[in-house]
Formats: sequence, C-alpha cells, structure tokens
Amino acid sequence: MERSSSSSMELDSDLNLKATELRLGLPGHCGGDDDGPEKSQISSTSPTTVLTIGRSSGGSNKRSSPEAPSSNECRSQSDSSASGIEFEDRDCAPPPAKAQVVGWPPIRSYRKTCLQQQKRGSESSSGSGMYVKVSMDGAPYLRKVDVKMYKSYADLLAGLESMFKLKFGEYSEREGYNGSAYAPTYEDKDGDWMLVGDVSWEMFISSCKRLRIMRGSEARGLGN
Amino acid sequence: HLFIHSISIFQAVLIILHLSPFGSLLFSPFSSHLSSSSPIPHRERESFDSESLLSPFPQISSSGGISAMDRSPKRRSISPDDATRFPDEVLERVLALLDSPKDRSAVSLVCRDWYSAESWSRRHVFIGNCYSVSPEIVARRFPRIRSVTLKGKPRFSDFNLVPDNWGADVHSWLLVFASEYPFLEELRLKRMRVTDESLEFLALNFPNFRALSLLSCDGFSTGGLASVATHCKNLTELDIQENGIDDFGGEWLSCFPDNFNTLEVLNFSHLNTDVNPDVLERLVSRCRSLKVLKVNRSISLDCLQRLLVSAPQLTELGAGSFSQELTPRQHADLEHAFGLCKNLSVLTGLWEATAMNLSAVYPACSRLSFLNLSYTALQSQELASLLPHCPCLRRLWVLDSVGDKGLEAVGANCPSLEEIRVFPADPFDEDMINAVTESGIVAVSQGCPKLHYILYFCRQMTNAAVATVVRNCPDFTHFRLCIMNPGQPDHTTNQPMDEAFGSVVKTCKKLQRLSVSGLLTDLTFKYIGKYAKNMETLSVAFAGSSDLGMQYVMEGCSKLRKLEIRDCPFGNAALLSGLEKYESMRSLWMSACNVTMNGCRVLAREMPRLNVEVMKEEGSDDCKADKVYVYRTVAGPRRDAPPSVLTVSSL
Repeated sequence: MERSSSSSMELDSDLNLKATELRLGLPGHCGGDDDGPEKSQISSTSPTTVLTIGRSSGGSNKRSSPEAPSSNECRSQSDSSASGIEFEDRDCAPPPAKAQVVGWPPIRSYRKTCLQQQKRGSESSSGSGMYVKVSMDGAPYLRKVDVKMYKSYADLLAGLESMFKLKFGEYSEREGYNGSAYAPTYEDKDGDWMLVGDVSWEMFISSCKRLRIMRGSEARGLGN
Repeated sequence: HLFIHSISIFQAVLIILHLSPFGSLLFSPFSSHLSSSSPIPHRERESFDSESLLSPFPQISSSGGISAMDRSPKRRSISPDDATRFPDEVLERVLALLDSPKDRSAVSLVCRDWYSAESWSRRHVFIGNCYSVSPEIVARRFPRIRSVTLKGKPRFSDFNLVPDNWGADVHSWLLVFASEYPFLEELRLKRMRVTDESLEFLALNFPNFRALSLLSCDGFSTGGLASVATHCKNLTELDIQENGIDDFGGEWLSCFPDNFNTLEVLNFSHLNTDVNPDVLERLVSRCRSLKVLKVNRSISLDCLQRLLVSAPQLTELGAGSFSQELTPRQHADLEHAFGLCKNLSVLTGLWEATAMNLSAVYPACSRLSFLNLSYTALQSQELASLLPHCPCLRRLWVLDSVGDKGLEAVGANCPSLEEIRVFPADPFDEDMINAVTESGIVAVSQGCPKLHYILYFCRQMTNAAVATVVRNCPDFTHFRLCIMNPGQPDHTTNQPMDEAFGSVVKTCKKLQRLSVSGLLTDLTFKYIGKYAKNMETLSVAFAGSSDLGMQYVMEGCSKLRKLEIRDCPFGNAALLSGLEKYESMRSLWMSACNVTMNGCRVLAREMPRLNVEVMKEEGSDDCKADKVYVYRTVAGPRRDAPPSVLTVSSL
C-alpha cells in the first residue's frame, strides 16, 4: 500500500485510517501486504497474521550474529535486507510456521547468546532422551542411540557391541582400546573427535554430539 | 544580629526539610529505573574544600537523618567578610544530605540561593538521555561533580532495533570532564558507545578515578579493561555487565599492579575467555575490602572454593558456570567454603549448575536476598529443593524451565518475596510445551503478598489470572507481562487481554512501570489513561486498534516519562496528541507504526525544543517514518548523527 506522494500537510489524508484499521484475521492468514516488495504496512495488518521480518535494523556496521543460523531461530541481528528475502517464501506457508520478528520477544542479545550456547551444549540433555547418530566405518548406514538410556560407559559399550555385532577391547587411559578391530569415538561440542572413555560419564553425556566406531588402526592416534 | 539571622535561615531550612518528604526518601523510586543490579550507592560523607564555619556540626553521612541537625551551633565570632557566604555554607551543608536527584531538582527551584547552593553541593549527576543536554551545560550547572551516571541509546537498542552506529559515544563527555571534573571518581554508563581509546583516556586523565560500571554498552574490548586496570591506582569498582565487548583474552586481569589492593567490586562474569585463576586468587586475597565478586565461566569450582575461603566477607557472589564434576571431597570443601560466607546477600551466575553441585551453596543461603538463576536451566524439583534454604529471599530471577511447579514452590517458600522475573529458556522455540502458564504466576502471587515487581515471559495467559494476581498483590510498582506470541488473546475465552491490564491499573495505584502484551484493543489504553496516574514508563507492542489508543495514554497519564511503542496502528493523530506532553517526558519511541514524515515535521515545528529523529529502513517509501525517537533537549539537534538518523526539522 502506498502513501500518496502528494500528501498535504493535512493529517487526515495522511492518516489513511482505512489502511491502518486493525482487522482480525484467522491465525496463519497472510496479509495482502506480502505481495508487494514493500513491507511498510506490516503493522496495520492483523496481529495474528504471519509477520515478515523484512526489516533491517542495522546501520552500516553489521553486528555479527552470535547465533547459529537455524530455521527456527530469530534473525534478530542487524543483518540488512537479505533477511527479508530469505523469509518471503515462509510468509504464506499454510501452517503457521511463524516467521520471527526482529527484536521479539524482547530479550537482550547477551541473554539470547548465553541461552543459545547452553542449548547447543546440552541439547535436550535435560528432559527427553538424547539421541545421537552412530556410524561405523565400513557400514552402509547409520544408527541412532539414546545415550541417556545408558548409565555408564560399560553400559553404552555393551549396547553398541550388541547393535553392531562387534567387540571392543580393554580400555586403558594410556593405550585406548587395546586389542580390538574397532574403537568407539565421539565428536564433542567443539567439533573434535575424542576417544570414548577419556572423560567422566557426565561430561561425555553433556558434550557428545555423535558417535563413530572407528577402525582400530585409525583410532590408535587418538589415545595419545 | 548576624547570628540570629543565620539561625532563622537555618531553622527555615530545617522546617522545610522536616515538612517535606525529603527526610523519608532515602531511596527515590527514580533510582529503580537504573539497572536493578546497580542501585545508586549512598553518597559518602561530604568533605568540603573550604574551611567549615560550622565546626559544631557533626560530620553527618549523607544517608543520615535530619535529627542530628537539631543541635544548635555554638556562638562564634563571624567576620563581616564571611557574612554573605555564611548562609550559603549552611545551605550547602544541609542540602548535601539530599541524595535523590528528584529531591535536588525540587530544591533547586525554590529560589536563587537554593539553586546556587544545590548546584555547588551536588556531587552526583544522573543524565537519563545523553542527548538531552551537553557536557558543557552540565559542567556549567554543576561545578563540583564527582560521580556521573549516563544513559545513551533508547532501550529498544537492546533488542537490535537501533542501528549499531547510532551514537551515544561517551568520548565527547570525557573530554569535557577532563577539564571540568578532573577529580571525577565514578562513571556509570548504560547503553553508551565506549571505545578502548575512551577507556584509556579515562584511566590516564582522572587521577582520583575509582568506580567504573558499564551495562549494555558496546565498542570496547578487553584492551580497554587492561588500560583501566593498569592506570587506575585507586580503583574500587570494576563492573562489566552484559556488554557488546570484544573479548581478546583474560590478560587484562593481570594488569592490576602487584601492590594494588583497593578493589571492592569486581564483576567480569560476562566475559567469555579465560582469566588466569592464580592471578585472580592473588588479587582477591590482596583486596581485603572486596565485597562483590562475580566471576566468569572460566573459573572452576576448585578455584571458586579457594576464592571463597580467601574472601568470606563477600556480600555478592557471581559463581561462574558451576559445572565441574565434583568428587565427594571437593563437594564437601566447596560446601564448607560457602558456609564461611556469612554475609552473602546476592548470588548469581550458576550458568551450568547441576542439581548435585547446587546443594553446595545451601550453607550460604540463609541471608540471601537476591538469587539470580536466570541463566540456569533448573527443573522444578531442583528449585523446590533450593528455596527452603533461602528464607529471606526478596528477589528471584529464574528461567521458565522451572515450570509452574517450580513457581508453586516459590509461592510456598518465599513469603518475603518482592520481585520475581521469569525469563524464557527457549524464546524462539514455538513447539515448546508451555513451561510457565497463568497458574505459575497465580501461585507466586498467592504465596508472596509483598510482591511488587514482576517480569513474566509466558506463552499463554488469561484475564482472570491477572486479575487474581493483582488482587493478591495490590502493591505492584512494576508489572511487565510478555506473552510471547504477538497479539495472542486470552486462551480460555479467546477475548482480548484488555481486562487483564484494566485490572492491573485499577488495582495497583502505585504502578510506575507497565509493559503490555497479548491481543489488546484501544480499551486497554482507555483503562491505562484513566487509572494509571502514577505510571512513568509504558512499553507497548503489537497492540491497539487505532490512534485513540495512544491518545488515551497521552491525555490521561500525567506522570508519563518514557513511552516505547512498536508495531502498533498509531499514526500521526496519535503522535500529535502528545504535543503538550513530550517536554515533560524523557523520550518517546515509535517504530513500525503509522507515523509519517509529515507528522514528524508538524511535531518538530510545533515543539522546537524536542529533537524529532527518524531512522529509515532500507527500501521503505519516502513518506514513512519507520522508527521515530522524540526527546526533549536543551542541547539542540544532534551533531553526531549517522546518515541513517534524520533529525526532522520543520521544513
């Protein structure tokens, strides 16, 4: 919707009351404003309409977003117009996959970052199970295990052994899994591959992102 | 004759002060608008440069009462030269007892003598909007300032609604202070831009500098902190909270000289990189006056344990991430260390605390008045186990992971609770099972009749629940409800949430701050305009039906000082309905509303002493005023505005 460019100083014609009238629509209903490239009338549509986030809040200095991009997370950092384009498709999706709104809910950036870090660090470790992918060198497809189902390393290894029909050797801190064809390894939250068993069980649970059963020969290097 | 003259003036002052509410106001409500974690400290005793002519008067601390002044002064011979100065000295001495800026402002309006005496006796100045005044004007008005609090960007900059380069740079202030207030001791900044150059300039140019507090600021790095640590020989306070800081490592902590020992407040909890624990431990053991210590994630529980043993006098502790896995021995040691801390009233941090580890803090909780668990993903059970150990709790911040059950535990265990803030653990996860609902807040209100401050993030609410809450707790001063889905109605009746906020403003006569949310029509604002006569700050988002909404507020809320609005259907008529009001307000923010450039021009023309600033969005049409920031000022239009910020003139 455009404002007439020949607007006089008179307020009435400027007010464009019809355009600003609040209309209550059904949840998920797309406002007609999404059609045009201009998103300037967002606020006049029903509050239950999906809101686009075409807004750039940044000036010439972009603050780099501390948040990992993911489909559900708010693009609330000051990325400029690019963010509008990404979300145009989502605007008119029938199920109310709500596009996020800049700066909403009103939580300070610092707090958001903190929560993000914590969430990544302990993904669903409080509450429902913690499924991680398990790959095995040479096997064609992956499995998934709920790490929380196990009480200890012994438990976990026994579970893996039965799932993949193999046997791990004896674990020792110095030499890793000695005398076996395979060794269990995991990727931690820093992205590093570690030998299963080196850290405490609690720390393992909170940092394990995925498991990989590595060939013994490759795993030898990890223990040092 | 002169002596009698002076007594009568003095008595007049006494009488006036006794009759006024000044004497009872040690802590003005004004101060609560600063960050709640940095209250205005009580001013220290006055020490006058000139020799006092009134030696019989005892040295009274500025937080003391007036009763000590009842003693009459002894006879003294007074030379004619001193005659004209004598009353001023009395006045200044008396007025020096006043802390609150509001009281001081009132005093300065009485007469010229009082104006002058007040301005000479003022040691602390609070500037709520750095663009409302210039540093030169401040220096002319208050020649003897030792402590400055400065706030910069509009509050919505916390939520990324303000461009990064918007302004509020502290440097121009520091340049003036260096020549006008060389004895500056304290600087507290909120939402200002602070560079490392500025921090270095501060550290090098103010030999008496003692206290630095930075909240929600940006533009500096740990390098700036290093300058402060290196050069500020008398530093007592270094309080770095929630800033946009470039963290290049923890070496700054090692910059405190080996013989440095004056620190009383050290808060580096929000810095992410490692500091050297040995350096920290040595620093803490040297600083015998240390009262506030808030450490960051890198500090292990072993280190924390040693810190506590070394500094059991702490009153405030930020305990770091609290996530180490402890052997029973370590746990016992830690518990013992907490037991040594008999004076702990504030506990925060605990970001990754596990249920196991949390029990180590129990021995220190008996006097705890403020517990900040708002970064700790506690479950209801864990909170329920912790709270019985904190019988004196007055302020509690939690995450909504504690659920309604956790809030029931709050209601059951915290009879003295005055403030609760519930933050969302997963604000952007739409699929979240509702962590806290209306039941939680009702449960708290039932058990905590003294509640007067609430900040509540939730995904559902009902009108009835809010009405119940304020019926249980009619003394709310701050009511901030954030229903996270914009424009969401009462989930049981599908009605707007108008009646909820209606009940808040009708019941809570002392309400100073209100944040509204949910589906709201103009009726909400009609209620607010009619009943919220003490309200000073109002935040509105995704609400209202027409210009009338904002008009109700502008016409009815006589004490309104700060109004921030986003995504509401308020246009030019609404903006201009506040014409008479804006000069008595600190500021108005309107973004994503229906205000146009023409409306702004009319405002600017009618009210030349306001700065009317517009921030345009990329790609929006020429007529639309996307973001409008209006504030009163005696400093004229900004000269440092970036291209994205237009100061609207009446052209």
